[in-house]
Amino acid sequence: MTRLFPTAVLTAFFTFFAAMSASAQSIDETINGVFASSTGWFVSLIFSNFPGTSFPWIVGWLVVAASVFTVYFGVIQFRAFGHAISLVKGDYSDPNDAGEVSHFQALATALSGTVGLGNIAGVAVAVGIGGPGATFWMILAGLLGMASKFTECTLGVKYRNEYADGTVSGGPMYYLTKGFGERGVGGGRILAVLFSIFCILGALGGGNMFQANQAHAQLTNVFGQYPGWITGVIFAGIVFAVIVGGLKSIARVTEKVVPIMGLIYVGTALIILLVNYDKIGWAFGQIFQGAFTGLGVAGGFVGALIQGFKRAAFSNEAGVGSAAIAHSAVRTKEPITEGFVSLLEPLIDTVVICTMTALVIIITGQLVSDPETGNYLLNEAGTAIKTVGDTSGVALTSAAFSSSIGGFKYILALAVILFAFSTMISWSYYGLKAWTYLFGEGKNKELTFKIIFCVFVVIGAAASLGPVIDFSDAAIFAMAVVNIIGLYVLMPIVKRELNSYMTRLKSGEIKKFQ
Amino acid sequence: MSDKYVVGYDGSQVASRALDFAVAKAGVDGGSVIVVHVLEWSPYSFLTPEELEERHARRTEELARAENALMAPLKSRISASGVSVETQIKYGHVAKTLCKVAEEEKATQMVVGRDGHGGLSSRVFGSVAGSLVQIAPVPCTIVP
Repeated sequence: MTRLFPTAVLTAFFTFFAAMSASAQSIDETINGVFASSTGWFVSLIFSNFPGTSFPWIVGWLVVAASVFTVYFGVIQFRAFGHAISLVKGDYSDPNDAGEVSHFQALATALSGTVGLGNIAGVAVAVGIGGPGATFWMILAGLLGMASKFTECTLGVKYRNEYADGTVSGGPMYYLTKGFGERGVGGGRILAVLFSIFCILGALGGGNMFQANQAHAQLTNVFGQYPGWITGVIFAGIVFAVIVGGLKSIARVTEKVVPIMGLIYVGTALIILLVNYDKIGWAFGQIFQGAFTGLGVAGGFVGALIQGFKRAAFSNEAGVGSAAIAHSAVRTKEPITEGFVSLLEPLIDTVVICTMTALVIIITGQLVSDPETGNYLLNEAGTAIKTVGDTSGVALTSAAFSSSIGGFKYILALAVILFAFSTMISWSYYGLKAWTYLFGEGKNKELTFKIIFCVFVVIGAAASLGPVIDFSDAAIFAMAVVNIIGLYVLMPIVKRELNSYMTRLKSGEIKKFQ
Repeated sequence: MSDKYVVGYDGSQVASRALDFAVAKAGVDGGSVIVVHVLEWSPYSFLTPEELEERHARRTEELARAENALMAPLKSRISASGVSVETQIKYGHVAKTLCKVAEEEKATQMVVGRDGHGGLSSRVFGSVAGSLVQIAPVPCTIVP
C-alpha cells in the first residue's frame, strides 16, 4: 500500500496535467466567463456615469478631491517641493535615529508598490483609447494628486498604531477610526471596515490579477502563445514562497532590481525621445490638441479626459489610501514631513514616468491617423484607436519601444515581470493589513489571506484583459470613495499640523542637522 | 591633556588586536579609549513593506545584541586593566561614522585593524582601513 501510493499519486498527477493541457484553452475561457459575470455589477456601480452624461462619477470624485486639497493647502505641491527634496536627502534627519526607517526608504518602498504596470500598460491603455490628449489629463491629474497623497500620508503617520514590540501599523483604517473619534464625528468605524473590504478587493484586483495578467501578456509576447494558468501557477508559487515561506531573499532582490529597471526604462525612453527630438514638439502638439478636441477618439475630448484621469489615478493611487499604509512606518516626530515626502510620489510616477511612456508611444507613430484630417482612426470594434500592430496595453508599449530599439521587448518583458512581482508583494501587504484589521491578527488568519491571494494570481493570469482591468479599477476606486470621505473630514487636522510645522520651520526651531 | 583613542571594533581578531594596542598605549600615558561598533547601514537602501514595519523592533534588537555580545564583556575587561573606557554603537557607513565620532569626541588618535586580505571586494569597494587613510581627521594607526 505504501509503495503503491506514490505511483498512484504520480499517475493521477500526470493524467490531471495531460487533461489540463488538452483543455487548457477552455480552462482560461471558463475562468474568464465566471469572473466577468460575477464582478460585472460591482464594475458598473463604480463606473456609472453622472445622470445624463458619459462622465463616470468616480473620476469626478477623485479630481474634485485632489483640487479641493490643492486649494485648501495652498498649492502645497509646489510650495513644499524643495523642502520635500531636503527631507528625502536626510537633511532634517536626526543622526541619532540612524538605523531607523528613513524618509527615503518609506518613499522608495511606496514607489515600488505604485511604479509598475500602471506606468507601462495603463498608459498604453489610456493613450490607445483616449488618444495623445489623455496624456495631458494624466499629467494634470498627477499634479493635483500630489495634494491628495500629501493629505493621506500625513494622516497615515499621525494615526498609526505603535505596538509594544516596536512594530507599527498604519493606514486609512486607523485614521478613519482614531481621527474621526478625535474630531467627534461618527461613522469612522464603518468607513474603516468598508475601506478594508475594498482594500482586500483592490489588493486582489489591481495589486494582483492585473499584474499577473499583464506579466503573462508579456511572456506570450516573447515566447509565443501558451495558456495563462501556467504563468499563473508559476507566479503564484514564487509569491507563495515569499509571503508564506518568508523567502525574504527573493523580495529583497526584486526590491533592489526594480529601481534599476525603473532607471533603465526611463533612460531608454529618454534615448528614444532624444533620437526623435525633432518630433517632440509635434508630440506635445498632439497632446494639447487632443486634450481639448480628442482628435477623433471614441468619446471625443471627454473620452481623452476620462482615460487620462482614470489611468493616472490607477497608476499613482493618489486618494486611494494605499500609500498611507506604505508610508506610515517612517521614523519621524513630525507626521507632516512624510506628507511632504509623499508629494514626490505622483510626480515621479505619473508626471515623469507615465509621460515618458506616452511620449514614446506617440513619437514612434504607433497610433494610426488619417493623413487627410489628422484625426485618429478607430479599430474595427470602434473601442480604441487603431494601432500599427493591432496591439493594446503592455503590448502597445512594447511595440513602441521595440520599433526604436530592437531587442527592447526582452528588457521590457523582464521589467514588467519584476514590476508586476514587486507590486504584488506590496499589495499583498496592503491587503493583509486590511485583512488583519477586519479579522484580527493571528498566524492562521494571515495564512488564509495569503493563500487566497496566491489563488487570485492564477485567476488573473488566465482571465483576459477586459474583465480583469475593469474589476481592478473598480476595486481600487472603491477604496478611494471611502478614503476621500475620511480625508475631507480630517483635513483640518492636517492643516493644523501644516501651519504649526511651517511656523516652526520659519522660526528656526526645526533645523537641518547637516 | 591625556590622549583619547577612538577604536573601531567589530568583534574580529584584528579588531581585538587594534583594541589591545590602543589600551596598551592609553595605559602608558593615562589616556582613555572610546570603542565604537558601527552597524553598516544606509538610509538609501531598499526595504520591503514588511521590513519597514519591523525596522524599529529590529534596530532595538540589533542594538541590544551588540551591547550584550560585544561591548559589555569588553568594557569590564578594559576597566579591569585600569584604563578608562567608553563604548558607542552607531549605524552608518563604517569609516565615515568612525571619523565623525573622532571629531565629536575630539580624539587624538584613531586605531583600527585591517584584515590584510586585499581581495577583489576590497579592491572594488575599498576597505575601512583604506578609507580611513584617506579621510581620517586625526592621526590614524592601522594595526595589522
